Amino acid sequence: MMISQFIIVGAALFSLGVYGVLTRRNAVLVLLSVELMLAAVNINFVAFDVYVNDQIAGGQIFSLFIIAVAAAEVGIGLAIVLLIFRNRHSANVDELDLMKL
Amino acid sequence: MSDWFSETENWAFLVIAVPMVLAAFRAVTSRNVVHSVLFLVVALAASAALFLLLGAEFVAWTVVLVYIGAVVVLFLFGIMITRAPLGTETQLSHNYQTKIGAALVSGALFALITVTTVRGFGDANLTARPTRADEIGQSMFERFVIPFEVVSVVLLAALIGGIVLARRDPVDGDEAVR
Repeated sequence: MMISQFIIVGAALFSLGVYGVLTRRNAVLVLLSVELMLAAVNINFVAFDVYVNDQIAGGQIFSLFIIAVAAAEVGIGLAIVLLIFRNRHSANVDELDLMKL
Repeated sequence: MSDWFSETENWAFLVIAVPMVLAAFRAVTSRNVVHSVLFLVVALAASAALFLLLGAEFVAWTVVLVYIGAVVVLFLFGIMITRAPLGTETQLSHNYQTKIGAALVSGALFALITVTTVRGFGDANLTARPTRADEIGQSMFERFVIPFEVVSVVLLAALIGGIVLARRDPVDGDEAVR
């Protein structure tokens, strides 16, 4: 196996996540695309960890930290989306323009 | 390139990676919200399989437990609570101009990362070696113990923040809400 093949797959997943963040209107689906980007980063971390044959497995530990932070992010993010939906009766990101001049 | 196809590991990689990218593509383009979440499950399960292929067993099972077990359920709850339009719906994404712009941006990003990586690493090889869970534990509680504690504080803050944000404030004279 080559290191490049894992990075290319990670790049494909990350780019699709960027596409999703830019095109989706629903806030829940924007969060879902962010999750795809985080999964891509995890693949890169683990692939480089195996590539440099890290004795303390730093890349794997950091991907575990990313998983924990992603879980926290989804929890808080969905709570905020829920609050916005309760106040404005819509979870579409382009209708949330209260701070626009 | 014929060497590449002669290794069995690479065939396993293709069998995992191709459905993963397709599922990720459908997850960001699907017109049905629930289908989108289910395609995310496929993509994450494939990423767990890639971790197994690399020998990172602990990370693979953590992805299965945390992402597929918890995060996806949270997403489904979020969709149901915010009454996101179920069924086919055109209002889920932006219009065509935005889509073309986003496709250009993400395509350029993919091309940039791919070209730099292939030029930088070329065909540098990678040999997968199974990482046992006790190696991860040793490292996490010796070298990485302070980040580990910080992550526990982050999780506590997220727990409290989630409760505070999502709970409905009782209105005066309306005890039933409590």
